[in-house]
Amino acid sequence: MDDDRCGEMHLLIQADVDGELTPSEAARAAEHVRTCPDCAALQTSMLHLSERLKQDVTKYQASPALRAALQARIAREQRPHVERTWSWRRLFGLFAIPSATFGGGFAIAAALALFMLVPRGALPDAIVAAHVRALQPGHLMDVVSTDQHTVKPWFDGRLPFAPPVKDLANIGFPLTGGRLDYIPGHTAATLIYNRRQHIIDLFTWPSGSEGDLPPSAGSRDGYNYLRWEQNGMSFWVVSDLDASELSAFVQEWRSR
Amino acid sequence: LFSRPKATSFDAIILPHLDAAYNLARWLVQDGAMADDVIQDAMVRAITYFSSFRGDNARAWLMRIVRNAAYTTLANRRQGAVLVESQTELDSDRALAVADPADDPEAALARCEDKALLTRALATLPIELRECLILREIEELSYKEIAHITNVPIGTVMSRLWRARRDLMAWSTEVPAHG
Repeated sequence: MDDDRCGEMHLLIQADVDGELTPSEAARAAEHVRTCPDCAALQTSMLHLSERLKQDVTKYQASPALRAALQARIAREQRPHVERTWSWRRLFGLFAIPSATFGGGFAIAAALALFMLVPRGALPDAIVAAHVRALQPGHLMDVVSTDQHTVKPWFDGRLPFAPPVKDLANIGFPLTGGRLDYIPGHTAATLIYNRRQHIIDLFTWPSGSEGDLPPSAGSRDGYNYLRWEQNGMSFWVVSDLDASELSAFVQEWRSR
Repeated sequence: LFSRPKATSFDAIILPHLDAAYNLARWLVQDGAMADDVIQDAMVRAITYFSSFRGDNARAWLMRIVRNAAYTTLANRRQGAVLVESQTELDSDRALAVADPADDPEAALARCEDKALLTRALATLPIELRECLILREIEELSYKEIAHITNVPIGTVMSRLWRARRDLMAWSTEVPAHG
């Protein structure tokens, strides 16, 4: 079964054992197995292994204690208007960056983030609130630059991660600057883009997972937002721009 | 206060897959306490992301989250390569194994030893091979579901399964038969 032809057959025979073949493919596998003793032996030992794994391998189950802890946690999430679970890790995450470095405004923002205990489900609210807060005079930017190579290094040392910075000026979304934001549970790098007179905030922080999440959209208080996950980062983009233009921005960002 | 549609549906849709999720976590991190932590982390993520769940395959959706949480935990603790094996567990497996009535005592003992050895062989497979085999053979998921959970193309799932099986089949012929 080691010649080239049989090498190709191994995956086919395996897929047959796994019940993944269409009838015509299965017929092809069966025809080969009928005429090739080595592959017939392979099929037999694969079926045998499969049977032994199903029969003999320990199938672990969640302990009653774990199940109860999870049910309690879900019940906590059910209760509206009650403080949500704040793991110590999240709190440490906020303390990890001394808020004093960023001046009074951020200290207040950090304090609000700590003590308001915003419910988890309210992330869109928090993002839109951060956007609105930034629109107040003098709050928009910490680094003013249209050059991504100025904006990106500015975040170094201010954040425990390096946010991706992209300029989309050539399709009408010029980068105008960046700042730091505290979103409950996250320290975000925020990039500011312009579209005509509209301001677009792009918040980003590490997602904690490798998987990508396609964009999903929503709106709050007249602001449109889209969120997605890509290359280990969470992204939230907020603007008063109309939804289709904002989604064009996201599409362009994701494809670069 | 009385209508809790979202949380109730989380209970109803996600919790039935807790044992499958736990089994995956346990086989990935190979430690009971660490698996508990992984599941706790994964459930917090699942609750957070539940609004983005589009309701097609709750088990695969949850297991992808669990798998990511397990990898994060392993990376954080840098124990990816360390095999944590508890002897008491193997002993309790042995104690719990009920002999087939047709087996004579000697054959029953040999079977228990085989089982422990098979478990050990599976535990020593590289993690990306082990997870494919657990998902296919124990959880009986399709190639497509495994590809989604492990975030690789279906062709990669097939070649990983093949390598895992080839290793285990080679291993079982190397081990001397019980006499």
